[in-house]
Amino acid sequence: MIDGIEALNTDKASISARAHVPGQSPVFEGHFPGHPLVPGVLLIETMAQASGYLILALTAYKTMPFLASVKDAKLRSFVPPDAELAVTAHLDHEGSGYVMTKAHIHHEGKKVCDAHLTFRLMPFPSKELERHMLDQIEFIGLKSKN
Amino acid sequence: MSNTFETVAAIISETSDIPLEEITPESNAMEDLGIDSLDFLDIAFAIDKAFGIKIPLAGWTEELQAGKARVEDYFLMKNLCAKIDELAAANNS
Repeated sequence: MIDGIEALNTDKASISARAHVPGQSPVFEGHFPGHPLVPGVLLIETMAQASGYLILALTAYKTMPFLASVKDAKLRSFVPPDAELAVTAHLDHEGSGYVMTKAHIHHEGKKVCDAHLTFRLMPFPSKELERHMLDQIEFIGLKSKN
Repeated sequence: MSNTFETVAAIISETSDIPLEEITPESNAMEDLGIDSLDFLDIAFAIDKAFGIKIPLAGWTEELQAGKARVEDYFLMKNLCAKIDELAAANNS
């Protein structure tokens, strides 16, 4: 969901990213016919991915964050196809083996959704996933933004 | 320990929607109170904040999975509270 990183601040434990909603997608065919909207679950996933990249950076890319809990998710406005989204997340609490973040998405300067997210931190379960994540981190420019 | 127990019991009751009277020092959080590992993340967060500590949940989990500790060592309420007291004392020293 994340197309690129705008800013990463490891001291403040925050991240800003951008996400472009495609103009067309099979998702929109059913959600909804004649009134395409980005499903709330995908907005939550977008916030989770931004948070995940932040956590990867804060843990030196050594552990994989897995979304464990979503709280107080508020879907404030509809998001249409072709929307340019500004996604931000910051660390709320770092526990032992888990992390909590607060994330939100803005569209055209207006907050469209926000949520409190909890992640479990685990070793990468496979080398393939680890390689994929490191490739993705390079692709979105995460390391170069710190 | 009694203040610690009262605080932790209140956290568990609030977080996991368990009646306070069902939580005793002899309660096993996992086996008696039905709290799973996901529920315990929220509980650990609240305990971390209340006591200014960081419960070493990852380490406890590793020890349990490796068979080096029993569930009751960490999740029996009186043992959990004792661990919290140790962590809080270490923070204050």
